Amino acid sequence: MNVIEIDKLTKDFNGLRAVDGISFSVKEGEIFGLLGPNGAGKTTTINMLATMLMPTSGTAKVCGIDVRQDQDSVRRYIGIVFQDPALDDQLTGEENLDFHARMYGMESKIRKKRIDNVLEIVELKDRAKDIVSKYSGGMRRRLEIARGLMHYPKVLFLDEPTLGLDAQTRRVIWNYILKLNKRENITIILTTHYMEEADYLCNRVAIIDHGKILAIGMPSKLKKLVGEDMISLSTYDNMKLKKVMAKMKWIRNMKLHDNFLDIYTESGEKRIPIIIREAESNGIEVKSVNLRKPTLEDVFLHYTGKTIREHEASSPDRLRQHIRIRHRKTW
Amino acid sequence: MKAISFAAVYVIWLREMKKFIRNKSRIIGNTAMPFFFLAFLGTGLRTSVNIAGLPAGLNYLDFLAPGIVGMVLLFSSMFAGISVLWDKQFGFLKEIMVAPVSRVSIVLGRIVAGITTGMIQAVLILMIAVLFLGVHMPDIPGLFYLLAFIVLISVSFVGLGISFASRMRDMHGFQLIMNFLIMPLFLLSGAFFTITSLPGWLSALAHINPLMYGVDGLRTALIGFGQLPIIIDFAVLLAFAVAMISLGTYLFKKTEIY
Repeated sequence: MNVIEIDKLTKDFNGLRAVDGISFSVKEGEIFGLLGPNGAGKTTTINMLATMLMPTSGTAKVCGIDVRQDQDSVRRYIGIVFQDPALDDQLTGEENLDFHARMYGMESKIRKKRIDNVLEIVELKDRAKDIVSKYSGGMRRRLEIARGLMHYPKVLFLDEPTLGLDAQTRRVIWNYILKLNKRENITIILTTHYMEEADYLCNRVAIIDHGKILAIGMPSKLKKLVGEDMISLSTYDNMKLKKVMAKMKWIRNMKLHDNFLDIYTESGEKRIPIIIREAESNGIEVKSVNLRKPTLEDVFLHYTGKTIREHEASSPDRLRQHIRIRHRKTW
Repeated sequence: MKAISFAAVYVIWLREMKKFIRNKSRIIGNTAMPFFFLAFLGTGLRTSVNIAGLPAGLNYLDFLAPGIVGMVLLFSSMFAGISVLWDKQFGFLKEIMVAPVSRVSIVLGRIVAGITTGMIQAVLILMIAVLFLGVHMPDIPGLFYLLAFIVLISVSFVGLGISFASRMRDMHGFQLIMNFLIMPLFLLSGAFFTITSLPGWLSALAHINPLMYGVDGLRTALIGFGQLPIIIDFAVLLAFAVAMISLGTYLFKKTEIY
């Protein structure tokens, strides 16, 4: 069953197109990632799905309900963790969860049980009665994730869940995300501009840039589409090894450079033992082997002609700035 | 129009109460200033100035006390309304807005919270005034009138505060509102002097000040002296309160958050 169905979804801000006719669907239980640079339209897409923004055109359905038609029902089905913190830091962690539960009309008995339950998932039980202003950045994120889960949503939206967190905390958050996806069987839609995050967490990713989806699929398949694995060898006789290997049909290409022989092939990890065996039986001693698999960064590069970091450096992002200015006016 | 969720009204009220009670310095600060007005300004004016239009035998402190209650209500209610802006700035408003709850319920929760905190602070300053400054103690029917006016004044200015908060993006405009709205409303409310003795233009301004009717009503309730019939005070303030709730709700609904 599809939990999310989007068809030609578009959003304009004062004539600027933030999201440009995107279509995709997400199946129940999936972890789906929207991967792209800042200002690509990821947050705008999530905000439309979460009924916080009205689409300009196109349709978006959450659990079969149109986000334009029945916003309150959509809101019951979804949980969301916003990009910017949205906790009341003068209340305790528990009180923040209690507020949420009551807003969603949960009854007293279920409420208390569920608070314990979600605090356990994110391992914040011992800090439940502390005022949130005393929490660290990572703890706040965990509390927000717990809160997003409170009312048993079918879908959980995570907008840049690890933005601004250190590498270690990021790992911890990743593991919670995987854990709750399994334990609660909840569908997760996340946005990120971290390649390794999308790769580690997502069953499928959509690469999005300038409001358009450029590619969509499993990370492993996307990576396979754009390139082969590269095995880089250093031996005592690279030239000889190249000649020996020339008869292997599975090799796509070979390159000699500096002190290395680069072999391009599919499923490199399975080929390494063969190469070593061949080398040794021909009396060539291998000094080092390095396998490099294509990353989502390569996929991104392939589709946009730039790496995601170049993207962020080169375009100070007109759209994002534009939206910011617009905010200033309306607020 | 979507139904009002009482659970939501309650939890929004509850949150404000928790924050109010935890913020002891705010309660002390909000009570100290009106107390100083009463004790220092009131005592000072009473001994050095003759206020025109005061009936013989009416103590100036007794005259001033209802005005100071009006001031407490004005400040606390505006503050309660404008605090929506804090939620906006610190992101919590998103959490509120994404919940499956009608916007009216959210505004109502705020208003009920504003009434409660206003009432607590008004009663506090009144108790201090009666116990320590010997201000006249109202009789039982007076207390009922008092309650009605406390509620109407609170509702009005919480509504007005929410209206402003819905249109503003950050706290920069707050100082302007303080100087150009709250202070003139207070100074022209007849808290310090009688309206009848004012020159024509100032009297006209005072008569379009909703707080003037509030203070006059409070004064009638507390010491039985008013410049307008209490029914007029009540009617004008009621109309203003309804208008402010409607405006606040309307503007709050239009707030965009993301």
